[in-house]
Formats: sequence, C-alpha cells, structure tokens
Amino acid sequence: MSAEYATPVSKEGLEATGSAITSASAASRGSRPGGTAGRRAGIILLGLIVPALILLAWHLSTASGFFRPSQLPSPASVLAAAVDLIERGQLATHILISTQRVILGFLIGSLLGVLAGALLGLSRLADVLLTPTVGALRAVPSLAWVPLLVLWIGINEDSKVTLITIGAFFPVFTTLYLGLRHVDRNLVEAARAFGVNGVRLLTTVQLPAVVPALFSGLRLALAQSWLFLVAAELIASSMGLGFLLTDSQQTGRVDRIILAIILLAVIGKITDALLGIAERWAVRRWA
Amino acid sequence: MTAVLAPSTTQSHSKQALAVHFSGLGRSFGPADNRRVVLRDVSVQVEPGEILAILGTSGCGKSTLLRAAAGLDVPDSGEVLIDGTPVAGIDERCAVAFQEPRLLPWHTLQANVAIGLPKSSSASAGKAKVLELLKLVGLDTFAKHRPREVSGGMAQRTSLARALARNPGVLLLDEPFGALDALTRIKMQDLLLDIHSAQPTTVLLVTHDVDEALQLADRILVLGRNDDGQDGSTVAELVPVPGARPRNRNSTELGALRSSLLSMLGVTGH
Ligand SMILES: Nc1ncnc2c1ncn2[C@@H]1O[C@H](COP(=O)(O)OP(=O)(O)OP(=O)(O)O)[C@@H](O)[C@H]1O
Ligand SMILES: [Mg+2]
Repeated sequence: MSAEYATPVSKEGLEATGSAITSASAASRGSRPGGTAGRRAGIILLGLIVPALILLAWHLSTASGFFRPSQLPSPASVLAAAVDLIERGQLATHILISTQRVILGFLIGSLLGVLAGALLGLSRLADVLLTPTVGALRAVPSLAWVPLLVLWIGINEDSKVTLITIGAFFPVFTTLYLGLRHVDRNLVEAARAFGVNGVRLLTTVQLPAVVPALFSGLRLALAQSWLFLVAAELIASSMGLGFLLTDSQQTGRVDRIILAIILLAVIGKITDALLGIAERWAVRRWA
Repeated sequence: MTAVLAPSTTQSHSKQALAVHFSGLGRSFGPADNRRVVLRDVSVQVEPGEILAILGTSGCGKSTLLRAAAGLDVPDSGEVLIDGTPVAGIDERCAVAFQEPRLLPWHTLQANVAIGLPKSSSASAGKAKVLELLKLVGLDTFAKHRPREVSGGMAQRTSLARALARNPGVLLLDEPFGALDALTRIKMQDLLLDIHSAQPTTVLLVTHDVDEALQLADRILVLGRNDDGQDGSTVAELVPVPGARPRNRNSTELGALRSSLLSMLGVTGH
C-alpha cells in the first residue's frame, strides 16, 4: 500500500464526487422546481452528505498520518486495490458469484416462506399441527445448520444457497403468517357476507391486506440473505466477497478487507433500494 | 330518480321481496360463568316488501338481530326463517350494509360496490349497474377514488350502494345514514324509498333516529327490556306507522307516536 501514488488519485476522486453532487443538485433544482422527482433527488443527495463526510474524515485521518496504512489504508489505496482486482479480472467474479448466491437463496427462501406463511396463516389445522415445529426450527440459530449442511451437501454452491435460503425463509414466513392472522375480521366478514370465499377471498381480501407486511418481511429476508452469504463464504469458499474477506485477512490486505466491506454495503443497499421501489409500488397499489 | 332506476334494475333481476320470520330468537355472549343475555325470545313476522325500522338504545342488540338474519351469527335459541326456510350460514338472499362502511381499502369505490353484485350478473351489465348506483348515491365522480380518499359519509353511501347492488330479497341496513349530514340524510332516505318502490325488497332498517323510523317504516320494532324484569332485549313494542309516505312530519298522529317511542327509549319531555 503505497501512499505515494495514492494521494493524487484521492484528491481527484473527492473533487469529482463533490462537483458531481453540486451539479446534480443544481440540475434538479433548475429543471423541476418543487417537483416530486426533484424532491426525491434532493432527499437522496441529503442522504449522501454523511457518507461524503465520512469519506473526507477517512481521507484526512489517513493523510495526516493519524492511522498507519496497516491499520487503516487511505481511500485512495482502497480504490487502487479495487482497480488492481478489476485488472486481474477477479472483482467482477467475486461480486457476481456473491450476488448470484444471494438472489438464488433469497428467491427460494422467500418463495418457501410465502407458501408456508400462507398455509399456516390461513389453515387452522396446519397452524395447530405445524406451528410448534416451525417455532422450534426458528429457535435454532441458523448458523448451527452449517456443519450439517456441509456434511450432507458438501462444500459447494448448493450448501451455500441452502444456508441463505434458511436465512431468507424465516422473516418472510413470520411476517406473512402474523399478517394473515391479523387481517381485519370485519373486512373478511363483509366480503364473505357478499358471497366472496375460497380463493377469491384470498385474492381480494387476505393477500392485499398483508402486502405491506409481506414487503417488510422480504426486505428483512434480503438483509438476512447478505448476512448468511458472508457466513457461508467465510466458512468455505474460493470465490465471493466473503472469500475476499477471509483471504485478505490471511494475507494481511486491510485495503481489500475494507473494499469488500464497502462493496457489501453498497450492493446490499442497492438491492434493498430496488426492493424498496417494488414495495412502494405494491403498497400504493394494494394498501 | 325512480325513472332512472326502474328500467335497468327491474329488467336485469327479478328477485322477489321475501318474508322474514324471527322465531323465538335468543342470543347470549360471554363465558358460561358470566353469560350476558342480549336477545331473548324475539319473535317478529316481517311481511315481504315491508320496511321495518328497528329502534333501541345503544347496545340493546339491534346489530345482533340483523347479523342473525344475514347468517353471520348463530343464535343460541330460536331461528330466522326467510321465505319459510331457515337461515343457516351466510344467506345469499340477504344483503347487508354494516354499521361501519367496511370497504376494502385497496379497491376503488367502484370495485367495492361491484363486490355486492350477484354472482349471475354479466360483466358489462354489472359495471353499468355499479355506475348507476354510484350516481344514485351521488358518488359518480368519485368512482375511481379509494375509500381513504373520501369522507366517512361518502364511505357509508358506498357501503349502501354495495348492498343495493345485490338486488336482494332482504335488505339489512344497520344505521346506514348515521354518518350523514341532515341534507344528505334526507336525500338518501328518499333514495331508499325510490329504490324500494321501483323494485320489491324487504327492508330491515336499524336506526337511532325516531324521526327517520317514522318517515320510512311501515312498522317500527322497539327492542328493549320487558316489564317482567328478565335480562335481555325482546320485542318491547311493534307499532304500525299511520299514513302513506311521504308523511307530514308535523301531523299530530305522528307527534303522539314520536313521544311514546321516545319515552320508550328513555327520553322524556319532548
Ligand atoms: N361477538 C360478540 N362477543 C361478545 N359480545 C358481543 C358480541 N357481539 C355483540 N356483543 C354484545 O351484545 C350487545 C349488543 O350488541 P349490538 O352490537 O347488537 O348492539 P346494538 O344495539 O347494535 O348497539 P349500537 O346501537 O350501539 O350499535 C352488546 O352489549 C355487545 O357487547
Ligand atoms: Mg349496532
């Protein structure tokens, strides 16, 4: 990690960020005064102030020599580490394989969570029969499954995706199950009084009523998926951001560790924001 | 209004007004060791096409009585017969406008009213009927609004329209005009009478308002305690309202009936 080539890059980087912020905010103010799109852009920009300040403090604390590079490398050297990994063609692989694992595990886990939550939330019999068991399974700290998964499935994609599936399952299951339990009885009764029942009752009353709960469950599940991804990759893998973390720890590359952490934060935030957009749409439509 | 209403509604459905017979109805609530009798031995014969107003103090069991007729609640004793057959489970022949609007928040007013349509109605006829009803309750310009975007009184009118969409043999209305201002209330009362004369239906109308009962009803049922000191409401009074509608609010006959009803409800000196 050489501070010599790092400093100029960092200055450029910061200036670029700063000018991007000012020009974007000026554009938003100029083109749509008081419009909702402009306001949303403004809110996003306000949210970027603190990260920009953190970046600045980070830069200053490393440039002033307050932290040694082996403790906390400068932003520039982290950027350099990223460029280095990109040039080796490794960064994209790490990111893609991790994202793929998360998306697969999240999709399978939430699908199973929706099915189980709907079954136990709607059927009295299934509820009485299965809820104690599911409750006990949920009480198992999910990482306790790791040794079993490794023995049964082996150290491969399947065991990692399975672990993420377990992590994504419970938030979706729990929120949907509880949501269905608490659907306004008066509304259900009113619909039934007009001859709505069975599947039609489910689609016209019960499911729409739990859409907000379902989406908060999905967002929790997505966060859990990233959590479990790192757990899975820390334990055994040869690719992915979790692997980048353990590997860099062994080789003492703090810059790469910080790079991996920043990437996890940014990608996690992006996927959450995408889900948030879907949520806003669904809530506007259904609630 | 009648002219607008009569052609399309009477053509599309030809349901009959149905007789409702409450026979020895009893209902209690609460655990076995602390049972509270709400209704006791309620027996009333409502004729097909009759408008029966149900009066009573708050909590006396008016909604419970309607729920029994709709098949939403099972009485402990006795039964309700509609057109001679007992009510068992939710009854297709009834339509309810609940005390609260109970609209689906994720549907437009139009879609909410459409829930009331009978199963047999075709899509196009159904849509036309929904729009017509929304117009009748003065909400045609709000057809695409969501319930949370309209006032409480508008939601209540939507709920009334939903019940009317069913074109039921028995219309069960639980304080349908409770949240309306005086002017809208009178309009909606007229609307109800128009609809009632345009197409035959039996109406059970729960209300707090003695004057409303006097204006609308053929007979008034007062639910309340009996002199015998037992718990639970029963038929305290069942009186025909004299005169043909529309009635003159200031007639001495109605005035006398109004005072006696009010005193029965515990209000004196009016
Ligand atoms: N599901 C229920 N469980 C327990 N008690 C009930 C239930 N439904 C009604 N009750 C009781 O029965 C009584 C009568 O209720 P009901 O709703 O029929 O009154 P009401 O005459 O319609 O009153 P209001 O004019 O205030 O609407 C009340 O004391 C109420 O607490
Ligand atoms: Mg009531």
